[in-house]
Formats: sequence, C-alpha cells, structure tokens
Amino acid sequence: MNATAWLLAIAQALLYVALAPLLVGWVRKVKARLQNRRGPPLLQAYRDLYKLFGKETRVAHTASPLFRAAPYVVFIATWLAAMAIPLLAVDLPTAAIADIIVVVGLLALARFFLALAGMDVGTAFGGMGASREMLIAALAEPAMLMAVFTLAMTAHSTNLSSVVDAHLAAGLVLRPSYLFALGALLLVALAETGRIPVDNPATHLELTMVHEAMILEYSGRHLALMEWAAQIKLLLYGVLIVNVFLPWGIARELLPADLGLGFAAVVVKLLLLGAVLAVGETVLAKMRLFRVPAFLNLALLLALLGLLGHVILEVGA
Amino acid sequence: MSITTLPLLQQLVLVLAAIVLFTSFVLLAQARLVSAIHAFAWQGALTAAATAVVAVAGHEPHLYFSAALTFLLKALLIPWMLHRLVARLALDRHVDLLRHPALVVMAAVALVIFSYWLVLPMVRLELAFTRNIVAISLAVVLIGLLMMVFRQQAVAQVLGFMSMENGLFLAAVSATGGMPLVVELGVAFDVLVAMVLFGVFFFQIRDSIDTLDVDRLNRLTESLEDER
Repeated sequence: MNATAWLLAIAQALLYVALAPLLVGWVRKVKARLQNRRGPPLLQAYRDLYKLFGKETRVAHTASPLFRAAPYVVFIATWLAAMAIPLLAVDLPTAAIADIIVVVGLLALARFFLALAGMDVGTAFGGMGASREMLIAALAEPAMLMAVFTLAMTAHSTNLSSVVDAHLAAGLVLRPSYLFALGALLLVALAETGRIPVDNPATHLELTMVHEAMILEYSGRHLALMEWAAQIKLLLYGVLIVNVFLPWGIARELLPADLGLGFAAVVVKLLLLGAVLAVGETVLAKMRLFRVPAFLNLALLLALLGLLGHVILEVGA
Repeated sequence: MSITTLPLLQQLVLVLAAIVLFTSFVLLAQARLVSAIHAFAWQGALTAAATAVVAVAGHEPHLYFSAALTFLLKALLIPWMLHRLVARLALDRHVDLLRHPALVVMAAVALVIFSYWLVLPMVRLELAFTRNIVAISLAVVLIGLLMMVFRQQAVAQVLGFMSMENGLFLAAVSATGGMPLVVELGVAFDVLVAMVLFGVFFFQIRDSIDTLDVDRLNRLTESLEDER
C-alpha cells in the first residue's frame, strides 16, 4: 500500500512536468482563436523545449557560477512546490511532507534565484526585471498567505490535502470566505505567473517586460529549464485554484477507477480555467507597472475580507 | 452554530451580505464617479436580493415587498437620477482620487473589526440565523460614514450617505425581520426626497463656488488670495 502510494506520488510529480507545456499551449491556442488566428499547434510548447535542449548553451563572460546554477535551482524548487499540491488524489505521501506554507517558501526560493540570476550578468534589462519582480512578489506574497490562511482556518489545517478533504467531506457549503479567497488567489496567480494585466508573456524587447527581462541572457538548456519552470508554475497555480475550490472528482481512494476519474476531472477543470484565462487576457489590457500595487492591494483586501468573513459569518458563537 | 449546519438558502444570505460589504469597499476606493454610481446600484441590487432570500428562507412574505421596493429605488431609480445629475453637471469623466487610498481602505477594515467587536454581545443572544449579518450591516454604515468624511466631492459624499441607508436597511432585515411597512415606506420616501434635494443643492453649490469640491465651503473669506 505504502509503495503504491509513493509510486503514485512520483507519477503525479512526473505528470506535473509532462502536462505543464500542454496547458500553456492550450491557453495560446484559445487566445489565438479569439484573435481570429489559427495559432501554433497544441504541442508547440514541447517542440520549443526540445529545440532549446538541442541548442548550444552560451554564457556571458561576466557570469558567475550562480548564473549557471540558477536554472536548475529554479526548476527543482518549482517542481518540489508542485509536488505538494494534490493533482489526482489526496493523501499522497508528498502532500503529507509539505504544507502550503512550504509551497509558498519554495516558490519564494525559486523567485530569489531567478532575480539573482537576472542581476548576475549586469545588463540593464536583467536588473530592471529583477527589481520589478521583487516589487510584485513583495505585494503578492502577503495576499497569497492571507488567502491560504482563510482556507486553513476553515479546514483547521495548513496541509492542502486536508483542506481538500475537509471541503469534500462538508459537501456543498456556500462560504463567503471561500469566494473572497478565490478572488484573491486568482489575482495573485495572475501577478505571480506573469499573465496579462501585470506582465505580458508574449512580448520581448520592450521596456514593459518583467519575467522575460530576467531570462534575457539565457540560452540553450538553461533557457529551456527557465521556461519549463515558468510553465510548471502556471500549472501549479491552476491546479491549486481548481482543486482547492472545486475539488469534486479528485480521488480519495487510490483505486484505478477513482484515479482515472480524478485525472479526467482535473483535465476538464484545467481546460476550462485555461479558456477563462485566455478570454481574460484577450479582453484586458496590460496595466502600467505603477498600477500593479493597487491591483495587488485589491487582492490583499479580498483576502482580508475572506478572513473577516470567516470569523464574522461562519464560525458563530 | 457554524455555517455547515445552516440550510443552503441561509448560507446564500450570508454570501450576499458579504458581497454587499465588498461593494462598500469598492464604493470607498472607486475614483471615477460613474463607476462609483454603478457600484452603488450593485449594492442596492444585492441588498434587495439578500432581503428576498431572507423572505424565502424565513417565510416572511411582507419582505418580498421591501425587496421589490429596495430594488426599484436603490438599484434603478436613484442611480438613474444620479447619472442624469452627473451628466448635467458635466462630471462624467470626473476623477476624485483619495489622498491615501491604502490607508483609507485599511481604516475601513479596522471599522469592520470594530463593528464585529461591538456586535459580539448581541451574537451571544442567539437571535436568528441572520444575526451574524448585523456586524456586516453596521460595518456598511460605518464605511458609508468614512466615505463622507474622506471624499471631497459632493456626489461621492451623497453616495456614502445612500450606502449608509443600505446598511441600516440590511440591519433591519437581518435583526428583526424587516421594519413595519409604514416605516419602510416612510424611509423610502425620505431617501427619494433627500435625493431630489441633493440634486438642487449640487446646482446651488456649483453656482456659488464653481465646483463640487466641498472643502472649499470651509473658507469664509472671499478674498482672491484665499481662493487658490
């Protein structure tokens, strides 16, 4: 039993790595269709990664060893963070090791190395991107933690598996706090994964870019790892949102039929979320960087209202 | 009594009340007048919806009437009148920025906590399933007051005043199952008359000081160097 659980946990971790480019491809495809373009094929993101792994890796003369190490640290930290989030089944051993605060910490570690690597070579773009990334992160992290604490207060546990379990056990309950926490997490996810109101993932060589500016000096397999880590981060936030707020379908027993259902459910939910993201990116325009603090203040306010709503409306005397 | 023990309809009332509180924050921080009027209309519609759901959940048919009255007045008529006023005063594109938006919003959060603390002894009395909403409605009233203090623009202050009335109405519905019909009609009529009077006052204020920034009303002298 224990060995099967570990095998499943490893399979789930591999699934994160394998599915991440597909989600990005899907979002790009829907976005292209909305703009009346045919768009690249769904598997284009895999082909890009394959191409980058085959290319020669060039490193600037001024780069320190940190510049070479950063892609591996960023990729592994993001991947470890993803492992703790239930994708197919609850109660897997990886979820028991790490709770949501560890996930936030691992993402912060990845971001720290990303920003250091951006500044390492000493180009103007890298430093600018790093400073902007840290500005966004400093505002997004408190909002994310608040939203997560709202969930934790409802479930009396910071472990994501228990949160999902408690939500499933309670059945359909309309909770004001979950509504606000969902809003806050959606805004934070947009900011943290560099999607459109905050950063434009499709742009290069403009003064507005944040994530692209930091990885401008990378090439070859380093660049592939950085891109892949960003894709895993998007999948991580997507799974976090769909599986915590709409957990129905996730497997609670480790039986093949349940796992198959869990896989189908999470794929359908992610496809829907990806389509919503693409529609959002089509109708919204990128905001000025100086508006981003106001955007993230809204996320913090929503998270705070979620906490207060939980205390005032849900606990009772 | 935690939320999981309540029937689904009563949970819906709590969710609607929470969203009413959120629209209060939107009103407080919204810089564009027209958007603020839209937020106020949404708040009225949500208050009406909460009243209607209380009527269904608590089997109180007279609340249907209150809900319909609130919806017509707060979500349709008054926002429409404000829209017309704003259009006639040529304030459609007016932006009224708060001086320290983050601080004001944090003050409003503090007010929510304060009103929860105030209501705590009352919650222990075990009134009805709606008693938790009393804290929310008190917070809506206080945030309306805060809005009247921090906004300089007369139309925005009127919006704060009207949202206070929304909070009072929500408190009446949640604490006592609605006011008697006569009182309710009287209040509704009062709000309508207040709205008409505000409209007249806007024009008076603008005629006398050429702006709707009511901070200018603090100055008593008419000397030129004081004007700017």
